[in-house]
Amino acid sequence: MSGEAIVAAYVFVLAVFVGFEVISKVPSTLHTPLMSGANAIHGVVIVGAMLVASAIPGPLGTVLGFLAVVLGTANVVGGFVVTDRMLAMFKQRPRGQAPSKPPRTT
Amino acid sequence: MTIATLIPVAYLIAAVTFILGLKGLSSPTTAVAGNRIAAAGMLIAVIATFFAAEVQGGIPVILAGIAVGGIAGFVGARVVKMTAMPQMVALFNGAGGGAAALVAILEFSRQIDAGALEFGATLATLLALIIGAVSFSGSAVAFGKLQGIITPKAFRYSGQQLVTGGIAAATALLSLVLLAGAIAGSVPVAPMLVIAVITLLALVFGVALVMPIGGADMPVVISLLNAYTGLAVAMAGFTLNNQLLIVAGTLVGASGTILTRLMSKAMNRSLGNVLFGAFGAAPAGGAAAAAGGDDGRTIRSISAEDAAILLGYAQNVIVVPGYGLAVAQAQHNVRELADLLESKGITVRYAIHPVAGRMPGHMNVLLAEANVPYDKLFDMEQINPEFPRADVALVIGANDVTNPAARSNPGSPIYGMPILDVDKAQNVIVIKRSMKPGFAGIDNDLYLDPKTAMLFGDAKEAVGKVVQELKKAA
Repeated sequence: MSGEAIVAAYVFVLAVFVGFEVISKVPSTLHTPLMSGANAIHGVVIVGAMLVASAIPGPLGTVLGFLAVVLGTANVVGGFVVTDRMLAMFKQRPRGQAPSKPPRTT
Repeated sequence: MTIATLIPVAYLIAAVTFILGLKGLSSPTTAVAGNRIAAAGMLIAVIATFFAAEVQGGIPVILAGIAVGGIAGFVGARVVKMTAMPQMVALFNGAGGGAAALVAILEFSRQIDAGALEFGATLATLLALIIGAVSFSGSAVAFGKLQGIITPKAFRYSGQQLVTGGIAAATALLSLVLLAGAIAGSVPVAPMLVIAVITLLALVFGVALVMPIGGADMPVVISLLNAYTGLAVAMAGFTLNNQLLIVAGTLVGASGTILTRLMSKAMNRSLGNVLFGAFGAAPAGGAAAAAGGDDGRTIRSISAEDAAILLGYAQNVIVVPGYGLAVAQAQHNVRELADLLESKGITVRYAIHPVAGRMPGHMNVLLAEANVPYDKLFDMEQINPEFPRADVALVIGANDVTNPAARSNPGSPIYGMPILDVDKAQNVIVIKRSMKPGFAGIDNDLYLDPKTAMLFGDAKEAVGKVVQELKKAA
């Protein structure tokens, strides 16, 4: 195994342990936002997409590279924004006070 | 020192923000900050990548891609209704999986153009491609099921396991061809064709994997596919020798696996049971029982007026919201009903089952959106001892999570699943569209209980009618 590969393997194994440890206790209320936040984090694939976007010359390579960046960006931006929206719902409001949003007229 | 040498430093900072972000997201007080810290780290990583040598030839394409994907992601995330949020997460997850698969294809193409497939790189690239493609098509099916484009029912046919197994075997076989070529130091004939076929098979496999799973289990499936995408991204990191992708992908893969287990545990089901489970296979004998009662017991149906009277004379009401409430978007009407009852001095609390709604925590989000105060939402463990003291338990669109058979009938497929002890309340009103069984496909004894009254109708309309009646009486 090359030096580079073994370093990568170390990084992988350590990250597995960190991943297991970092979210050991989560209230069920936060399962969905946590899933959504983790979803946004694997959007880091956008970095990979950027790195290979122009790896293959020619129209097909360009189209595939473009698509990879589009999908990666949608994952990142959509993931973080939707998580933020979910979490905004949890902000505690003092009891008896008017809601921060205008009341709905339904 | 050039800017390019600072890129790994930027990646390291990003990796740290992702860990802090996940940690923050695990606690209510730090969740918002956690999400934003991770987003900031992501921004740093993307900006740094613009300075990488490999990127220089493709900046216009990348900028165009970021513009299109960014607008699509932002608009999608902003306009989606809170009830449709789970399928949105599925969609974004699928996008990530698709991106990982495309990165793998491009990387394969580059390796082949360079004239040699190296074993380790080929293995990692294959895994990124296959897992990414499975996550892409699997998420698409999950999206379709939650959106109602595809039947949410478990889709099963005879010989299914054989077909799914066959697809998996074919994918593995073709992968071995590439790997053997890599070991021999040669490139097989028409390598890109082999890769195209592998991609196609992996896409079909993703569909075959998720189609047999019922809509109620989709949250677990999305969580699992989320972990898959993380793993695919990590594998893409191996291929590109990019530590940030390895760290972030693995983090999500590992934490996503834990989260998936937590979710299945909340439903008292093993992951294997969800994926290949017997749930959907249980005979859907609900229709027969709907007409009359078992054992001579009958179902008691009441009008909105009676329900309003019952609620109006109560002192202590516990609302049990479920999937049907989410589907009917009845959360605002329920809030109105609760306000009305509270103005009469009646205590109203909400009992939230860990898997109420379409995802764990989803019901909290929906009720919070309707401005229901956070301190009125109670977890199952907190509220269960309170049911015997409740005058009325108002069950809105919840079914399996209230089925006493989970406590009492060892033969029931949901036996052992933690449930809300609704049957211990003095009176039970169940708002439900029909007598159709829930996703577990089994009948609910609660409906045959003499103290249970059924108010048939769409959750939103039915609650609206009860509100009207209460206002008239006031």
